[in-house]
Amino acid sequence: MESTSGIKLTNSYNRSKIHPHKFALYVSMASIIMMFAGLTSAFVVRRAAGNWLEFYMPQEFYISAAVIVVSSICLHLSIRSFKRGSEAGYRLFMILAMICGIAFVGLQYSGWLTLDAGGISVDGNPSGSFVYAISGLHAAHVVGGIAVLLVCALRAFTVPYKRTERRLIRLELSAIYWHFVDILWLYLLFFMIWQM
Amino acid sequence: MAEVLVKKYDTDELIEKTGYDDHFHEHHDGDKYRSNFINTYIFSMDHKIIARQFLITGMIWALIGAAMSVIFRLQLGFPDSNMAWLKPLLGKWITVDNGVGALDPNFYYALVTMHGTIIVFMVLTAGLSGTFSNLLIPLQLGARDMASPFLNMLSYWFFFLSSVIMFYSLFIATGPFSGGWTGYPPLSALPQASSGSGAGATLWIVSLVFFVVSVLLGGVNYITTVLNLRTKGMSLWRMPLTIWAFFVTAIIGLLSFPVLASAFFLLTFDRSLGTSFFLNEIVVKGEILDYAGGSPILFQHLFWFLGHPEVYIIILPAMGLTSEVLSVHARKPIFGYKAMVLSILAIAFLSFIVWAHHMFMSGVNPFISNIFVIFTLIIAVPSAVKVFNWITTLYGGNIRLNTPMLFAIGFVSMFISGGLTGIFLGNSAIDIQLHDTYFVIAHFHIVMGVAAFFGMFAGIYHWYPKMYGRFMNSTLGKIHFWGTLIGAYAIFWPMHYTGLAGVPRRYYKFDVFDAFGQFAELNMFITIAAAIVFGVQVLFVINFFYSIWYGKKVKTRNPWGANTLEWTTPINAGHGNWDGNLPVVHRWAYDYGKDGYDFIPQHVPVSEDESVVH
Ligand code: HEM
Ligand SMILES: [Cu+2]
Repeated sequence: MESTSGIKLTNSYNRSKIHPHKFALYVSMASIIMMFAGLTSAFVVRRAAGNWLEFYMPQEFYISAAVIVVSSICLHLSIRSFKRGSEAGYRLFMILAMICGIAFVGLQYSGWLTLDAGGISVDGNPSGSFVYAISGLHAAHVVGGIAVLLVCALRAFTVPYKRTERRLIRLELSAIYWHFVDILWLYLLFFMIWQM
Repeated sequence: MAEVLVKKYDTDELIEKTGYDDHFHEHHDGDKYRSNFINTYIFSMDHKIIARQFLITGMIWALIGAAMSVIFRLQLGFPDSNMAWLKPLLGKWITVDNGVGALDPNFYYALVTMHGTIIVFMVLTAGLSGTFSNLLIPLQLGARDMASPFLNMLSYWFFFLSSVIMFYSLFIATGPFSGGWTGYPPLSALPQASSGSGAGATLWIVSLVFFVVSVLLGGVNYITTVLNLRTKGMSLWRMPLTIWAFFVTAIIGLLSFPVLASAFFLLTFDRSLGTSFFLNEIVVKGEILDYAGGSPILFQHLFWFLGHPEVYIIILPAMGLTSEVLSVHARKPIFGYKAMVLSILAIAFLSFIVWAHHMFMSGVNPFISNIFVIFTLIIAVPSAVKVFNWITTLYGGNIRLNTPMLFAIGFVSMFISGGLTGIFLGNSAIDIQLHDTYFVIAHFHIVMGVAAFFGMFAGIYHWYPKMYGRFMNSTLGKIHFWGTLIGAYAIFWPMHYTGLAGVPRRYYKFDVFDAFGQFAELNMFITIAAAIVFGVQVLFVINFFYSIWYGKKVKTRNPWGANTLEWTTPINAGHGNWDGNLPVVHRWAYDYGKDGYDFIPQHVPVSEDESVVH
């Protein structure tokens, strides 16, 4: 059993109901969560120490949140179409999901520009630096997700459509990660608004 | 004494008859694994080869790290001696003045820093848990390989990349990082703070980031494999303690290393983007720098949130190996198996809520310190449970005093000695005197450094037959053991006294402190002991490599009479580990001396007249 992701799966006696790759992905997500937990607790600890500038999040951050939610929905619809045998829907929604993903990063970037123009610079008060650092690290994870979607989209258009278990697993793995970074941003945004 | 019975069974026949057929050998994909030299020995995806890669890379690092300690011990033991003879090795870091060579103080700090980083991360994390998790998780669980052999291979190569970068940093003009293995700002945050804070620190950070990636890739794999690929009958409560230890270690690593990555991420912002996460108003070389509002203590929190779990990431695998070796060579079931597992879990949990005991003297609120004192002292409870159980396992056993067993017993000795001093340090009031002194050095070298090495040695001597199909020389092994045991106590025992007297760690010289003059001879003694112990380790390395080619051959597949599954594979197991079916497990791993039988391996079915089965 070799998955197309290049990851060799050995046979052995497989005792779990969930696919080992999905399981491994969930485990990795736990460590990404710890990374952001580290950053957000540093944020809280530093804020409690005073000398802390409060400001409003740029509007772009809210729009980007909406965009990435739409992107998640598109990806979900794409996979649903894939399962139902609708090749056109599968391709269309895949492309839409990817475009929304790219738009998300663009919006984050313009959000940083807005912040900077408003006097909140990277190297100013640590409160601003934290917002850049946290949203920046998150954006890096989204870029990783876009790369995955890019591969998915390329395959959707180049590989002849066929419903196989293996391809479904691949799509689901991509979707799990994508929904994860989506929810992560909602949490981070909420966290930063709540803390300011 | 009653006669010792030996179960009669033929492993191949048993596995053929009662084993589980996973259709593994119908795929013929073994060819992809071992078709040429490159994919057999270099970019291998076979967990047994990857284990050896981790081990040998770790050994090279151990030699480098230990050699560094000998050099800085020379400085501490013989501060005014002529070090010009080291010039061919250290080059410009030996400054010669009037024919008298002296070690450059900046380089002294670089040596101390690199020694710590190398031993903690490269040797005792990658070299120890990387080696044995890889070797034993699939073998002892009855799996063909890791859940993802490819990620497993990546894990090694990220470690290799990290190693290359760290090694390269030793040779750059400004020297490697010199701010201590804990990398506290401002020395790590301001490139201009010291000579090692520039390129050296950058390389140190980059190297450790790749290291974190390696640990995470490895950990994801270990956890997934343990939870998903155990063979039929291998319930969690039948797993050998080695596997429990590796499994929990991987979980701790997965939850704590990402926080180190966050700390490095913010540190990199401070270093290159001018942010002030960890920096406040500061003057360097007369220049007032433009930082405000940051806190170096924030870094300490993030660092020790990893740092303390990290010490258990190092010691848990050594504990697992020790438990297994003690039980096999005492020919007795491990005492209190469930208690052992529960204490591993308790230690793991507690290890996340004690980090601030490293910061009692950093200016944290004393009331908060109290909470950390309590949690810290509670860790002594599960630790003591483990110690009692090891001793009870030995009690009344048919002990074979061979090299692995000696090292396992040595582990217990070291863990007790070092654990006791932990209880001193865990009291924040006593820590006022002891913090940052040689007492701390003595504490953690004995409890973590030496003990973990002992666990690793026990593992190497014990599983060497599985790794290379030969035995290591046991005379050399015993010299290695006694030399290391006596030597290590000779080095670290006296440091408790110097530490109690207040001698601070990380000092280049003590000549301006009259009070410490009395320790000059003691320091010489320690340095001589350190040099001897280093020599004994070289002996070990020679024994290791010599035995790969010339050691006594293993003739039976289960030379120790052990119960775990790795000894049911062919002596030189190929890809997939078992030739035919997978063995099926019928019992726990510790049926030694049961119903009069010397040992009953895990894959032997339960007979009707057997007493309680675990
Ligand atoms: C009985 C349980 C233990 C207690 C109560 C304890 C307590 C402490 C305390 C309070 C310190 C900080 C001392 C200071 O800097 O002033 C310390 C340092 C340290 N401990 Fe332990 N410890 C225990 C067991 C262990 C174990 C099992 C390990 C490793 C396997 C370990 C590794 C270390 C290390 C590496 C340091 C020093 C780090 C540094 O500053 O460079 N300890 N210990
Ligand atoms: Cu600690």
